[in-house]
Amino acid sequence: MAYPPDLTVRSATIAVLVENEAGVLARVIGLFSGRGYNIDSLTVAPVEGDGGRSRINIVTSGTPMVIEQIKSQLDRLVPVHRVSDLTQDGPHIAREMALVKVIGAGNHRAEALRLADAFRARVVDATTESFVFEMTGQTEKIDAFVDLMRPLGLAEVSRTGVAAIARGKRII
Amino acid sequence: MTHRSAKFYLSRIMTQTETLQAAPVTVLQSGAEVLLRALKDQGVEVIFGYPGGAVLPIYDAIFQQNAIRHILVRHEQAAVHAAEGYARSTGRVGCVLVTSGPGATNAVTGLVDALMDSIPIVCLTGQVPTHLIGNDAFQEADTTGITRPATKHNYLVKKSEDLARVVHEAFYVARSGRPGPVVIDLPKDILINKAPYSEKPETPHRSYRPQTAPDAGQIAKAVALLKGARRPVIYTGGGVINAGDRATAALIKLVRKTGFPTTSTLMGLGAYPSNDPLFLGMLGMHGTYEANLAMHGCDVMLNVGARFDDRVTGRLNAFSPDSRKIHIDIDPSSINKNVPVEVPIIADATYALEALCDAWDADDAKPHTADLASWWAEIEVWRAVKCLKFTQTTAKGGIIKPQHAIQRLYDITRENEAKTGQQTYISTEVGQHQMWAAQYFRFDQPNRWMTSGGLGTMGYGLPAAMGVQIAHPEALCIDIAGEASILMNIQEMATLAQYRLPVKVFILNNRYMGMVRQWQELLHGSRYSESYSEALPDFVKLADAFHGVGMRATSVDELDDVIRAMIAEPRAVIAEICVDETENCYPMIPSGAAHNDMILGPEHGTALQNGRAAGLTDEGLVLV
Repeated sequence: MAYPPDLTVRSATIAVLVENEAGVLARVIGLFSGRGYNIDSLTVAPVEGDGGRSRINIVTSGTPMVIEQIKSQLDRLVPVHRVSDLTQDGPHIAREMALVKVIGAGNHRAEALRLADAFRARVVDATTESFVFEMTGQTEKIDAFVDLMRPLGLAEVSRTGVAAIARGKRII
Repeated sequence: MTHRSAKFYLSRIMTQTETLQAAPVTVLQSGAEVLLRALKDQGVEVIFGYPGGAVLPIYDAIFQQNAIRHILVRHEQAAVHAAEGYARSTGRVGCVLVTSGPGATNAVTGLVDALMDSIPIVCLTGQVPTHLIGNDAFQEADTTGITRPATKHNYLVKKSEDLARVVHEAFYVARSGRPGPVVIDLPKDILINKAPYSEKPETPHRSYRPQTAPDAGQIAKAVALLKGARRPVIYTGGGVINAGDRATAALIKLVRKTGFPTTSTLMGLGAYPSNDPLFLGMLGMHGTYEANLAMHGCDVMLNVGARFDDRVTGRLNAFSPDSRKIHIDIDPSSINKNVPVEVPIIADATYALEALCDAWDADDAKPHTADLASWWAEIEVWRAVKCLKFTQTTAKGGIIKPQHAIQRLYDITRENEAKTGQQTYISTEVGQHQMWAAQYFRFDQPNRWMTSGGLGTMGYGLPAAMGVQIAHPEALCIDIAGEASILMNIQEMATLAQYRLPVKVFILNNRYMGMVRQWQELLHGSRYSESYSEALPDFVKLADAFHGVGMRATSVDELDDVIRAMIAEPRAVIAEICVDETENCYPMIPSGAAHNDMILGPEHGTALQNGRAAGLTDEGLVLV
């Protein structure tokens, strides 16, 4: 690397395989807040059986040097098994799920339903005054859908954050 | 149903588990007993601690055994610093025991200090019983929450069967890779309830396995760079000390082999002998002129176990602008953090330096001897500036320059060492005296120099010296202190008295928080806001009150006698050396300035411009 370092900010999706133990998420989050890194999205869930390992997917952004730092800082946490920068290491798939509540009546209701169909969102709850749509997709697709729902009575959004995985045979 | 003996089951368990790890011992003892047994198996001989309600079961178990010695400190912060001194001077893991709540929170400063300086510590904290955790119980604090960013790792033991495993793991984590402090939070019921013991595991840790062997390809790249260097410099840090005697030996071998100029960070002093002509002295904010200019002008830099700290680099975009850099570090996160490097080598300094020595010999390329000679000639010109020179009056009643006090302390301790064979260990507090100690006390062995580098903790030196004295009862342990810093952990004088530890506290009393005063003079128009040490105690009487011996030198003709008397005294001593109140620590790279913007002292005709030091910018003013 040369000086001055590359200062372009890029987004990175980082997958972290951690020991499923108390406080591990706090360690990861504390690392980000303590060192001033961004968290755009974070998901965590166990991915192995009892007492096995959990996977944390983090979407963050920063200069190449910062992203490198984030990876090595994560990697040196004691309960961390592996860290992979999915954005850098090759093609990957990133998805999130959203539950979107729209309240309204008349034309707005019909339009919301039509758009939901176009976006392949499923109706998972309906009353005479409301819908809850479930949709899965890339972050941008969900952003677009939520924006479209705004004038149609968008009341509440619940999103999971990004789950990501590498394409092909490559594993973390 | 056939009745089988316990022995049968035991043997079955043994064969089943032997392949995984060493045989577990199924004898049940109290958690506290299991804890002590695990500590003993980890080689712990001394614990620095302070009792309290939550750790009473441990203290009860300590009472009933003789294998582990407990040193009762007078404040938990001091327990951690003492363990740091113990660890840093022996290369072993320091052990601390404090109670819950305030015991744990008082220890936090020490933990962060150990984290910043990579000192291996295991700190046991008491905790309220598991069923009360989260209830705001008496002396409850969220210790794992509070210490998470203050430690390398921490544990809360919630199940008795985890206890022994956690202790073994904590020691492994504390000493492996880049060493650091580890907290084990121990609820009181875990200490009282019966717990099984398990031996040290033989299997590797499931997730934490730091890389220690260097990559051969990177070593080859490094040697190619070093062989091609015309203006090289070797810059070493605390990592070499942490890596141990083999690393120091390999460093000396490499430096002698290559003939490259070598400098060291504050934390690395002693890894390379300071009196060797190849050594340029310390680098950085108060480093020598020759070391900093060599760093600035070099074409190849080899960093071994240092982390491009801001005290070392100065303004980053002006740091060693024309060099190609090799960085050896055991911690991958130190690589490319502040300064981008061309050849990173992730390894233990021992293996990396040994590999570099071998590869240097195996490589046929000839080094640029002529260029190296002219580089040395350039360095000798800088060295001839004698940036550390000072003028000490020798007239009777003459005021003592602090530099002179350290210089004499060094000379007389060397005489003492030659005469009696007694080894000298130095610790410091934080401030001007610390920098003067680093500049004028010349270390030629590792593990002799204990100072708070990263965190800059005032109050570190006295407890650290205490820990060193425990580890080396026959040695001469001196805390070079300032009159302000020493008051931050002065209560440890009582610990010295209790254990008859003959620690020498050598106070450079300039009646100011000297480094604060210096910055106010250079950066804030000489407005000495709150930096005057008002209402100081009488240090001679203070020593007396703590069952020690007080001494004082107020003029230069008294200095040597006081130092000699201090060294000869078998009890703890406070030697108050009244020094020039206005003396500043030079050379200095002001914050935000480049290495070649270094200010030399008044001996070299440096003057303030518009009430500010040269090289200082508004941007620099915001930096610490």
